[in-house]
Amino acid sequence: MALAGPICLAAALAICLYGIGASLYGARAGRREYVASGRRSVYALAGVLAVAMAILQAAFVRSDFSFELVATHSSSTTPLFYRLTAVWSSQEGSLLLWVLLLALWSSGILFLTRRRLREVAPYATAVLLGFGAFFCGLLVFLESPFTTLAAAPAEGSGLNPLLRHPSMMIHPPMLYSGYTLFAVPFAFAIGALVTRRLGPEWIRATRPFTLAAWFMLGIGIVLGARWSYMELGWGGYWAWDPVENASLMPWLTGTAFLHSVMIQEKRGMLKVWNVSLVLATGVLAILGTFLVRSGILESIHAFGASTLGIPFLVLIGLMIGGSIALVASRSASLRSEHRLDSLLSREAAFLLNNLVLVALCFVVFWGTFFPLITEALGNEQSFGPPTFNRIVTPLALILVLLSGIGPLIAWRRATVANLRRNFALPAGAAALVLAALVAAGVTGSVRALLMFTFAGFVLAAIGQELWRGVRARRAMSRDSVPAALVALVRRNRRRYGGYTVHVGIAVLFVGVAASSAFQDQRLVELRPGQTERIDGYAVTYERPTSRLVAASNGRLERIDLGARLRVRRGDGAVQTLDTYKSYFPSTSPGLGPVSRFFEGEATTEVGLRAGVRRDLWTAVAPSIDRLLPRIEQGDKVFADATELSEADRGAFLAEALRGLSRSYADSPPPATFRLIVSPLVTWIWLGALIVFAGAAIALSPAGARARRPATAAGLARVARELERA
Amino acid sequence: MLVVVAVAVLVISAPLRRRGGREAAGAAERADLEAARDAKYAEIRDAEMDYRTGKLSEADWRALDRQLRREAVELLHRLDELA
Repeated sequence: MALAGPICLAAALAICLYGIGASLYGARAGRREYVASGRRSVYALAGVLAVAMAILQAAFVRSDFSFELVATHSSSTTPLFYRLTAVWSSQEGSLLLWVLLLALWSSGILFLTRRRLREVAPYATAVLLGFGAFFCGLLVFLESPFTTLAAAPAEGSGLNPLLRHPSMMIHPPMLYSGYTLFAVPFAFAIGALVTRRLGPEWIRATRPFTLAAWFMLGIGIVLGARWSYMELGWGGYWAWDPVENASLMPWLTGTAFLHSVMIQEKRGMLKVWNVSLVLATGVLAILGTFLVRSGILESIHAFGASTLGIPFLVLIGLMIGGSIALVASRSASLRSEHRLDSLLSREAAFLLNNLVLVALCFVVFWGTFFPLITEALGNEQSFGPPTFNRIVTPLALILVLLSGIGPLIAWRRATVANLRRNFALPAGAAALVLAALVAAGVTGSVRALLMFTFAGFVLAAIGQELWRGVRARRAMSRDSVPAALVALVRRNRRRYGGYTVHVGIAVLFVGVAASSAFQDQRLVELRPGQTERIDGYAVTYERPTSRLVAASNGRLERIDLGARLRVRRGDGAVQTLDTYKSYFPSTSPGLGPVSRFFEGEATTEVGLRAGVRRDLWTAVAPSIDRLLPRIEQGDKVFADATELSEADRGAFLAEALRGLSRSYADSPPPATFRLIVSPLVTWIWLGALIVFAGAAIALSPAGARARRPATAAGLARVARELERA
Repeated sequence: MLVVVAVAVLVISAPLRRRGGREAAGAAERADLEAARDAKYAEIRDAEMDYRTGKLSEADWRALDRQLRREAVELLHRLDELA
């Protein structure tokens, strides 16, 4: 089995190289059999890499420590669920996941377009296989996940405890799916540029994949934010960390593309802009992958120092240089077919939305690389969260407002009378929200106040759109309101899916604005029985908690030391929250048998009371200072007890740790608590769910019924008009 | 492992073991025109939706609708010529 993995990877690299050659030869010589063979190389690549991944997963499940990757990223005490996810906690395993997902998604689109895009697809296949060859090359020559050890250790180092969170099962595959799916429109854009087939077909074929990339990257980003909120022990969900930023940048340009591509589809305009956005998004997706893996920027999410920086820089340089050269050489074929009819049009609103999104991306890019640039100039400066927030907030405000304005304006040209009619209700609703908030005394933050007002505008605008659509539908069909609403959305999935996304974005930003502007945070030291009051809550440290947690094989996995809190709200309701710190044993040989349990990695489990109005977030930092003399004494006893058998040592060690645990619970020292009350955090997760529901609506395929008017009835109507003309 | 490699070779080489054909002329142009036609139909429907939801006056919509249909007809003519 030790050889099977490397053979799979070598075969995958060979398949990529062959597929590139076959696709390019088939395209140049007009030999369809070679084009088909190139396309099938992608299917074969997916199959071979799936086998490689299965081999690696099996090694993790078996806890086969002869594989270096398993020994350094898992242990026999790691639960099965996390042994499966441990594969992508490593640089090598995550590279394998990346290229596997690339092959799977590429197979999907190449299969779906096998009878279309005959000129463009071979070049797109070559580009996709080029990415495949790059990543397979890294796995074969630089970062093999199948390296074996001469002597397998008895126990592995274990999975980084911070990664023991259910979202880690889904978060990386979602992020990588987003990145790899963004490679698909990039590859087809290159194919379209090479062949000068820059008509609407390649966009129509790849648009669902762009939306799917946006959807999955979005889910990945939100899961990462949720993990940060629940697992990292600081109470926040977004820290403008370089790796967070890396995932946000392609998502922003992808959002811009999904809007501006509609203008190209309808009017044949913005071809240079759209193809540039697609190419930039592809480059940013690879840049994101590079930032996580190169170790050039410090991040809690990154894999640390590695040798992958140079190869990635070469790839990114090639992508940027090639893209610019291709766009410049095809400028004549990318000329717009029409001009903007009016500044009062949806096209103009979309253009403004694009400018804001690209500006946001630029700010994030600049802020991410600013420390590196200043370091290179010999005067390293940071670009911290306050700077980000100061610049990003006004842009986010404009973006939210535009997400309400866009749906209210007609395509091509709107009149002032139409605008007055469509804006009256949403503007009135926004004014009402503003007045109500001011009357309620919510005046502490002008920016938050503006965000709530704009969100009110968006919700009223979309509500009005839905109501008018339902009314128009009912005038034709006499359906009930719910039936008319369902029929309306089913017949216009892209439009109403998009509107739903706008609602979700408004809700999400309300949560961000409220939780950022009106958060109350305390860091307090409490003894059992003491109470701290915060924002209408009385939080009492009821008693300390402690426990030893054994793995399924009976070995000790971790020690939890924590606190039980009693929370009393202003209305008298009482709730109990448990928060604790988990201590995972270190495998460092220099540590004593007892102290190694307190010198390894530690994670904080938060006690959370989540609600629609606000969250109470609590985290304990127990003090183990009083235990230190006993820990040292335990180490010494075990060091002297050389005659003890292995079984006896294990039994005595367990008893010693139980004693330490009991000691903490019986005579607890004061513990430090971080208490945070954040309003409307739940709205962030709720808003994200609405966004994803909207994207799912837009992604759902239109059935034959929805297409019929465009083919049969629509054709007949167009023919009648011809006779009249 | 040999089985995996053998299956991969079989999958990839299958088209080469069949006699291949040359690309039909005009297929790509036809696909582009069909995509443009579908986009035009979508635009016609969107314009009607804009009218029904109050974003276009009836006069503006009728003028726009006539223009879009004329453009659609032009696309149909070009598709017919290819056929």
